[in-house]
Amino acid sequence: MIENFTPWSALFGGVLIGLGSLGVFAFIGRVAGISGILGQALKGNAAGADWRIAFVMGVVAAPLVYRIYDTTPLAFEINSSIWLLILSGLLVGFGTRLGNGCTSGHGISGISRFSLRSIVAVATFMVIAIIINLIW
Amino acid sequence: MRSLVGLLCGVVFGLGLIIAQMTNPAKVIGFLDILNGWDPSLAFVMGGGLVVFGVGFIMLKGRKNSFLGASVRLPTASQIDAPLVLGAVLFGAGWGLSGLCPGPALAALTIGGSPAFTFVVAMVVGMFLHQLYQRQIR
Repeated sequence: MIENFTPWSALFGGVLIGLGSLGVFAFIGRVAGISGILGQALKGNAAGADWRIAFVMGVVAAPLVYRIYDTTPLAFEINSSIWLLILSGLLVGFGTRLGNGCTSGHGISGISRFSLRSIVAVATFMVIAIIINLIW
Repeated sequence: MRSLVGLLCGVVFGLGLIIAQMTNPAKVIGFLDILNGWDPSLAFVMGGGLVVFGVGFIMLKGRKNSFLGASVRLPTASQIDAPLVLGAVLFGAGWGLSGLCPGPALAALTIGGSPAFTFVVAMVVGMFLHQLYQRQIR
């Protein structure tokens, strides 16, 4: 049974995510996802840290921009304990750097270029995340 | 100029995550938890992003330089290797546990209170640990 399905806002949101990634490619010349951008930005001294730090700041600031036209509080529902959040964060941080990408890099910029690496990565993390939810 | 473009692209990217409700972990879990009232929205988010980036990429990929004059650099790796698969397994496990992945976690920093903050700090620590690991194996 399908509940809470929001196809139009999902599609529109997806289009904006695609535009943000495309803007990076068109203007800066890099194919990048958020985990790579954040990971490289954390290295700080590397050339190209400037736009990466700015991009991360833009993502963090997005709710403030969103509030300009819609002041309804944004939903954030989670019931994970602090230890689970820490474990989850560590796995996501380490895993996305080891596997060179996350849902945006492999999922959007990778699959759309028909990159076999990205297709394998997305299939793997999707299946694992679904299995975790089946057994958790 | 490059930073300004980076900032704007980040804002657009973040607005997309917010509008798609990907900043709400419950929405993401609704997709991953396929047996409890499956919510396919996340597939539409990826679909929308894929089409826009894919079409734009095809239109621009012949260019040597970006609009700001930097040389275009495409990912060169093509091998399916152990780090790729192991990384995806670890990431999938972490993502499945909380419903948070890097972009949404950052976009939720100002709305998600201490859970979002805790996750982002742990994620950044995880990225640093990977940097240390990289140095070790070299």
